[in-house]
Amino acid sequence: MLAPADFAALWLTAKLATVTTLLLLLIGTPLAWWLARTRSWWKGPLGAVVALPIVLPPTVLGFYLLLLLGPNGPVGRFTEWAGIGLLPFSFGGLVVGSVLYSMPFVVQPIQNAFEAIGDGPLEAAATLRAAPLDAFFSVAVPLARPGFLTATVLGFAHTVGEFGVVLMIGGNIPDQTRVVSVLIYDHVEAMDYAQAHWLAGGMVVFAFLVLLALYLLNSRGRRA
Amino acid sequence: MSVSAQFALTWPDFALDVDLDLPGRGVTALFGRSGCGKTTLLRCIAGLERGSGLLAVNGETWQDDARFVPTHQRALGYVFQDARLFAHLDVRRNLDYGAKRAFRRTASADSSRRDAIVDLLGLGPLLDRLPSRLSGGEQQRVAIARALLTEPRLLLMDEPLAALDHARKQEFLPWLERLREELDIPLIYVSHAPDEVARLADHIVVMDAGRAVAQGPLAETLARVDLPITLGEDAGAVFEATVVARDAEWHLARVAFDGGELRVRDNGTPLGRRVRVRVLARDVSIASSRHDDVSILNLLPATIVAHAAEAHPSQLLVQLRVGATLLLARLTRYSAQRLDLAPGREVWVQIKAVALIG
Repeated sequence: MLAPADFAALWLTAKLATVTTLLLLLIGTPLAWWLARTRSWWKGPLGAVVALPIVLPPTVLGFYLLLLLGPNGPVGRFTEWAGIGLLPFSFGGLVVGSVLYSMPFVVQPIQNAFEAIGDGPLEAAATLRAAPLDAFFSVAVPLARPGFLTATVLGFAHTVGEFGVVLMIGGNIPDQTRVVSVLIYDHVEAMDYAQAHWLAGGMVVFAFLVLLALYLLNSRGRRA
Repeated sequence: MSVSAQFALTWPDFALDVDLDLPGRGVTALFGRSGCGKTTLLRCIAGLERGSGLLAVNGETWQDDARFVPTHQRALGYVFQDARLFAHLDVRRNLDYGAKRAFRRTASADSSRRDAIVDLLGLGPLLDRLPSRLSGGEQQRVAIARALLTEPRLLLMDEPLAALDHARKQEFLPWLERLREELDIPLIYVSHAPDEVARLADHIVVMDAGRAVAQGPLAETLARVDLPITLGEDAGAVFEATVVARDAEWHLARVAFDGGELRVRDNGTPLGRRVRVRVLARDVSIASSRHDDVSILNLLPATIVAHAAEAHPSQLLVQLRVGATLLLARLTRYSAQRLDLAPGREVWVQIKAVALIG
């Protein structure tokens, strides 16, 4: 059965995924809105940067984050100067890494949903006296609900499943950075296959249930 | 009380340049073929498109060199071609959307006025439905009510019938006519369909290639002979008449207008009712004397006012005066020469078909 260390890792993973998803919805929504509606030249380059984690090996992302956030990196110097300390090998560093790593899985569904809405409903809202921000919250966000749902589920699940980035910038510190995926690796290295099975099997079930829920929610949304 | 609108706007493949002074009441049709700029002009008036220019609606400036009031601060109602109801809100909440925002600071919208509008457009049974469960005509009725509930000072409609099939259109037009009778604000109505314009408009602006080529009261403007290229086959006169008698045996009704009487197919319109009559130029022929040996029922004395060449060199469009009413007749240039139809000449018109439109 699960040991206290396993429970700690599960709890840490859930906490990391929740914080990351909330932050991503906060950052990703305006970013997706801008990408969906801008005619600026910057749309292409910025969209490509957001999508990078889909194609890059997580170790590459983790490696450069380590350099950036480390004591000699520009961001690291800033965080030390600002009194936050250094982010690598801390929960904060994991959050930063996860936010970047899961960004496309949150931004793209929301961006697609905003693009599908088009100008029509927003123009209608303007002719009905809704100021732009009001129209965003009362028309665009509710109409993009399926996109937000997909983004939330994918953002959460993808963060739970990350390994490479965590290992590079988080390491393997119990209660701080040792998430489930890293712990499974530990168990396997220690030839503790039974423990690995409990966690790995649980992950398989979790991933299946998440994707099943997403599928069911989406098909229901389409019928309504 | 008027709407004055001057706009200039240049896109790579299109330029809009208009200067309009529209009446502050009644229905003004923006008429012209697709691509002539009528929708762009409507969007400029709404502030959805930004052209340089000047816009004042019944004394209130919405745009000039110094300012551009954003759409959401203009007291207007806009009915889009595709209704654009909010898919996530039921009919009731679609109706409340604009009303709530228009009356945020003052007291909430007068609920008896709301009920009157819901009744006028027959929306009572639809209030709890989602837009996806409405027909195209029902969606447009909701869109009109939603716009009216903000108590706009100007109502704009962009071809609200365009997305409807013929049957739905016939079902929807009477609602628009009822609305026209109740409305006390100016309505600007974009259309490329001459029958809709003839039925609904009081005033018309004819547009072509981004410019207004003619504007004026409907009857006067439609009877002009210098616009046939725009109107083509649909050139014809529209005027008001009253149903004065009916002949049960032959199922004919008699309508009186300023210039005489016409016998028309009896469609059950009650006696005394004001109706609009449309007579297409192609249904009017001219004789130099009265002939009673023809099948045509409607023969009236008339005076030739003017004529103009048509698109095809064989054709001529003739403007005639019957009493105080102007009619148009299309005939060949050859006939006109044979009958010596010069302005001022007294003739008889034979009207083959008369349509009662609303």
